[in-house]
Amino acid sequence: METVTLTPTKTPELMFEGYSITPDAFAGKTAAEIAELPGHEGKIVMKLGDFFTVSGNGGATAADTNIHIAGDCTRVKYIGARMTAGSVTVDGNADMYVGGWMKGGKVLVKGNVDSFCGIQMEGGEIEVLGSAQNHVGCAYRGDWRGMKGGLIRIHGKAGNDIGTFMLGGTIIIEGDVFIHVSTHAEGGTIIVKGDVEGRVGGQMVKGEIYVLGKIMYMMPGFKKVDRVEKEVDGVKAVFDHYIGDLGERHPKSKGKEVYANLYVKAQ
Amino acid sequence: MSGGEIIIKGGFVIDPTQKIDGDVKDIAIKDGKIVEKVGSSAKVIDAKGKVVMAGGVDIHSHVAGPKVNAGRLLRPEDKLRSGTLRSSKAQKNGYRMESGFSIPSVFKTGYDYARMGYAFVMEAAMPPLMAPHVHEEIHDTPIIDEAALPVFGNNWFIMEYLKNHEVENTAAYIAWLLKVSKGYGVKIVNPGGTAAWSWGLNCLKLDDQVPFFDITPQEILTGLMEANEYLGLPHSIHVHQNNLGNPGNYPVTIDSLKLAEGVKARNKFGREQVMHSTHLQFHSYGGEGWGTFCSKAKEVMDYVNKQKNITIDLGCVTLDETTTMTADGPFEHHLHALNHLKWTNVDVELETAAGIVPYIYSKDVLPNAVQWATGLELALFAKDMNRTFITTDHPNAGPFTRYPRVIKWLMNKKSREAVLATMKNMDKVIDATNIHTIDRELNLYEIAQMTRSGPAKALGLAHIYGGLAPGLDANVSIFDLNYKDMPKDPEKIEAAFQRAAYFLKSGEIVVKDGEVLTHGHKKTIWVNPKMKEIPQVTRDVSEAFRKGTYTVGISNYPVREYLAPHPMVIDVDVEA
Repeated sequence: METVTLTPTKTPELMFEGYSITPDAFAGKTAAEIAELPGHEGKIVMKLGDFFTVSGNGGATAADTNIHIAGDCTRVKYIGARMTAGSVTVDGNADMYVGGWMKGGKVLVKGNVDSFCGIQMEGGEIEVLGSAQNHVGCAYRGDWRGMKGGLIRIHGKAGNDIGTFMLGGTIIIEGDVFIHVSTHAEGGTIIVKGDVEGRVGGQMVKGEIYVLGKIMYMMPGFKKVDRVEKEVDGVKAVFDHYIGDLGERHPKSKGKEVYANLYVKAQ
Repeated sequence: MSGGEIIIKGGFVIDPTQKIDGDVKDIAIKDGKIVEKVGSSAKVIDAKGKVVMAGGVDIHSHVAGPKVNAGRLLRPEDKLRSGTLRSSKAQKNGYRMESGFSIPSVFKTGYDYARMGYAFVMEAAMPPLMAPHVHEEIHDTPIIDEAALPVFGNNWFIMEYLKNHEVENTAAYIAWLLKVSKGYGVKIVNPGGTAAWSWGLNCLKLDDQVPFFDITPQEILTGLMEANEYLGLPHSIHVHQNNLGNPGNYPVTIDSLKLAEGVKARNKFGREQVMHSTHLQFHSYGGEGWGTFCSKAKEVMDYVNKQKNITIDLGCVTLDETTTMTADGPFEHHLHALNHLKWTNVDVELETAAGIVPYIYSKDVLPNAVQWATGLELALFAKDMNRTFITTDHPNAGPFTRYPRVIKWLMNKKSREAVLATMKNMDKVIDATNIHTIDRELNLYEIAQMTRSGPAKALGLAHIYGGLAPGLDANVSIFDLNYKDMPKDPEKIEAAFQRAAYFLKSGEIVVKDGEVLTHGHKKTIWVNPKMKEIPQVTRDVSEAFRKGTYTVGISNYPVREYLAPHPMVIDVDVEA
């Protein structure tokens, strides 16, 4: 197991597209070779070495490569995007698309992330100690194939459009969420430990949502069916169980229609 | 660019227009044209061990206009598959960012065609009302020369004239519309069917009645064919037939083709056909439903082979995730009901409509696999490759950037079998098609006929494109293929056609080693039929605008000069 340390030396004038900052790209390369890897700043092709000092060599494979960014990446996009194994740790904040399309490995951001964190993710794990902006684990704009697998855990709060078109995997937001949770989802699980303003599960076909706080405005397409006790991410509680979205088509299994389930902690 | 002298030395030249098949020859270029010889100071391009062909000619592709743009808006996710967005080389040469896969940006469209060595592309469906937009996009597409076919098959004026079989009036209307829209010829999409779609109906057979207009698809087709020959246009009618994409549609296809029997081509451009039947793959199916869906490519081609006054293009399914878009509005709604993906529809006043739906052609879905085989079979059953052209009906059956892959499949049985072997329903595909039993492998000469000499002749453009004879435009593509020692690995054929070693457009080197070097000097071609005015038609058109049947006034309808700033106008003297 090798660790490559990137230390930020300069704040990019425009956002820097750090699509090369993945264990897959670093594997098998020396520190000097890693510093030569490309990234765009606007329309200009720059090098990682223009913004970071690099120390340590990559491991033989992505799985043997850890990346440690010892500083802030508020203006660096695509950290860990499309990675398949290994790990990336960012000591500060990160910009958009952290762990987007990732298939495996782990990304840890100790600060906040911007939008599109874990977009269309297929596997692996993303942990954010701070908060996230919008579109956590959602589908790319226009696409109808969202997050398929893996785990995203945001310790702080998140904005809107969480898990849009989700098909699988788990998203846990420990703080509050604004609006649009699991819109169009056909699978997967979202756990919100704080409150949600509204629009939870709109046009949702299948999948699970747990809200441990309050939903200020419920969607009219959800119907309360019973009250159940469940343990969710280490918290045991009694939930009001809703099914929906009743306005949407639903698949049948063994002659019965399958609905999405929304569990809201009983007050 | 003009002036510079260039000589392409020592390549294996393939030019069906001069019956040259792999002879080692030099090609001389001066002032943007091919010439007999040049001076000793000419720039030398070494083509030794490489294949030299004319620039490619694409007879049918949806690359510009409101329909394509609606597709771009509907599918932002298509940009995820753009490939190389911004190479450092591109940046150095100062050219524009590329985006999109099945509906590429105008810049990517021009660059990708140029990288494949294509010189001319026909935009296959221009709604006349939207012609200004089509021309703006054409103008913004670098390098390649383009023209656009306005759609006539569901036009209210045309249907009014043809229900009384007024061919001369129809011709006068066509002549007017080609002029004001800067169009090239007569496109017909689902004749009568798209008009019927305004009533929620369709025309699936030749004798179905179009609601309100009291006319049939057959009358529209024969009437427009007569009007086209009356005018003597460079291209024939260009037909997307009725009942596209449905099981068991091949008898309608053959019946439509039969309408050309006995009709003679009348033009001064060397065109011999009176009907071009486009994306024939979508029209060559048997079976009573999707369960019994099968290829009828052999039956259709048996007819095409003996009927000399028709030409076809393939519309090959390339097994990609793509975006379907056509003026066949009812078909797109039908497709949306089949695949449940997002759908949009556009209605163009008195003229036409369009629908758009994303589509994923999967080798493991039986009907898609049969479609894949059907497209290739059409070419493999064809006897006259000069009447059979390679297309993917871009982007409907696949993006145009897959032409090299289609060429590979046509040239190499092993590569076809390799695809077949990975199909989930291989045995069922073999039962429903002929592809497994066909051993034919096309050669480079036949590929040059299908992509160069053939389409240029069918478009009436053989005096500019499609060959390497002196006097033609100096559009020359050089591919890294050894004619005498063709690669055993079929992937190398695809790679060679994907990125030309060189492409010269109008005598200027625009691509080298598959990289675009310059934006070139593109032209927009349109046809100007000089027909005497018929007062009734002039009155009908101005009355329609005056009464407000259109949302624009007649003075805002034509395409202004500035929208097509590099025109090449083909004048047609109409002898009544």
